[in-house]
Amino acid sequence: MTQPALRIDGVSHSFGARTALDGVSLTVPAGSFTALLGLNGAGKTTLFSLVTRLYDSTSGTIEVFGFDVRREAPAALSRLGIVFQARTLDLDLTVRQSLLYHAALHGIGRSLGRARAADVLEKFALADRINDKVRNLSGGQMRRLEIARALIHDPALLLLDEPTVGLDVEARQGLIREVRRLAGEEGRGILWATHLLDEIQMSDRLVVLHKGCVLAQGPVQQVLAHSGGSDLQTAFMNLVHSSEMKAAGQEAAE
Amino acid sequence: MSGRERTKALSPEGYATCFAGIVWREALRFFSQRGRFLSALVRPLVWLFIFAAGLRSVLGVSIIPPYETYVLYEVYVTPGLVAMIQLFNGLQSSLSMVYDREVGAMRILLVSPYPRWFLLLSKLAAGVFTSILQAYAFLFVAYLWEVEAPLMGYLTLLPVLVLTGLMMGAMGLLLSSLFRQLENFASVMNFVIFPMFFASSALYPLWRIQESSVVLYQLCRFNPFTYAVEAIRFALYGQFDTTSLTIVTGVAVVFLIMSLFAYNPSKGLIARRGAPAMAD
Repeated sequence: MTQPALRIDGVSHSFGARTALDGVSLTVPAGSFTALLGLNGAGKTTLFSLVTRLYDSTSGTIEVFGFDVRREAPAALSRLGIVFQARTLDLDLTVRQSLLYHAALHGIGRSLGRARAADVLEKFALADRINDKVRNLSGGQMRRLEIARALIHDPALLLLDEPTVGLDVEARQGLIREVRRLAGEEGRGILWATHLLDEIQMSDRLVVLHKGCVLAQGPVQQVLAHSGGSDLQTAFMNLVHSSEMKAAGQEAAE
Repeated sequence: MSGRERTKALSPEGYATCFAGIVWREALRFFSQRGRFLSALVRPLVWLFIFAAGLRSVLGVSIIPPYETYVLYEVYVTPGLVAMIQLFNGLQSSLSMVYDREVGAMRILLVSPYPRWFLLLSKLAAGVFTSILQAYAFLFVAYLWEVEAPLMGYLTLLPVLVLTGLMMGAMGLLLSSLFRQLENFASVMNFVIFPMFFASSALYPLWRIQESSVVLYQLCRFNPFTYAVEAIRFALYGQFDTTSLTIVTGVAVVFLIMSLFAYNPSKGLIARRGAPAMAD
């Protein structure tokens, strides 16, 4: 049986009294494009922070290709690439310096780093900007650079947290196309967090996250059937409504 | 693509590459920010050229170790100004860590597969490296100003600067973990730098402070910066002041342990509060 790229089981996390995630379980199969759908504040970014071990979960387990991110952090972290929601580029560096720095953070020396940098920049149509300062790139180019950077250590799992925020329609479509290619042609597991329904295709896997809880997951068709919606928007609204009603009922009972 | 089969051991070469990468990035940032380099140099030079020159005739310094004769006030304050460079640099590095946290670059550092303690120590070492460059640049200009130490002193100073730089850097690292926004951190610099600098032996010998105020004298004695200044002063004259070096080492270790704890993903302050823009 193939090891899933990412397996999250019963993960909870709180910031003080505020519960950000409550018993979240989900799976991202290797080579799949999995969309993590949730409104702002659903807990998507917190989940990404836990997977990348920016901080540890208070309960549950997270495994990347079977490696526990707490007990086997080096093995887990070396297998994943991440694009955060907010920009994380050093504007004072050049494109090349940015990539070489990231390669070094993964123990990749300069000669191999240079070769990998040329390769990923070619893939993301940034080869001609290699000596430019990052601050001189457009918003779409910066995003492409962040994805190129996330791939420089050749990770088998790529996490992207609302990567299309702030991009125009053309840049958005180009980016989604590129990332789908990474799953389809290169076999990387992709977890794509979004609140935009039009970024999800019927062939994708879908995880619906709301107020720190997973409401549904599986192939999109299965989620539609489970929620009783004919399209994604109806399905999502049905799931959220049902969850809110359940929570209100529990509150009333208490 | 299967992620399971590929082996990705963290080799010693990998550690060295990662360390070199972090230092390289800090050096690039430092040299690309010429204003930062100049202000780091100008600040102590203003003290040396204007403040010390003005007070030369007012403040005489009697013979105290490590000096073997009466020294000019400029000579006396120079070790304190070297320590000031490191103090500013330590906090400047931490300011850049708070900035990195705000713009997200810190997250990229922390998701490296290398252990967090190693990443933070590397970052700290990079800061110490740039502070030593500044210290020697200042001493070179001071030398041209005829504030001269024995040539051997410039060599014996190097390991002490590493130690004092680590202490200042570790203190800054700890402070950077306590504050979430640049605005807060900037005000803390005022509350930390100036009291530490003035309530120390950087500008006046401790015996002279004791004559003026016993309370201030006690404050100076409990100020770790005093011992950093004294360690530098003795090293610049080819001597190692074991009391100062022991205290500086102890304080550096304590600050370092506290800051590593603060950045620990399961126990530290960052874990409890979440870093900025992460708590979606």
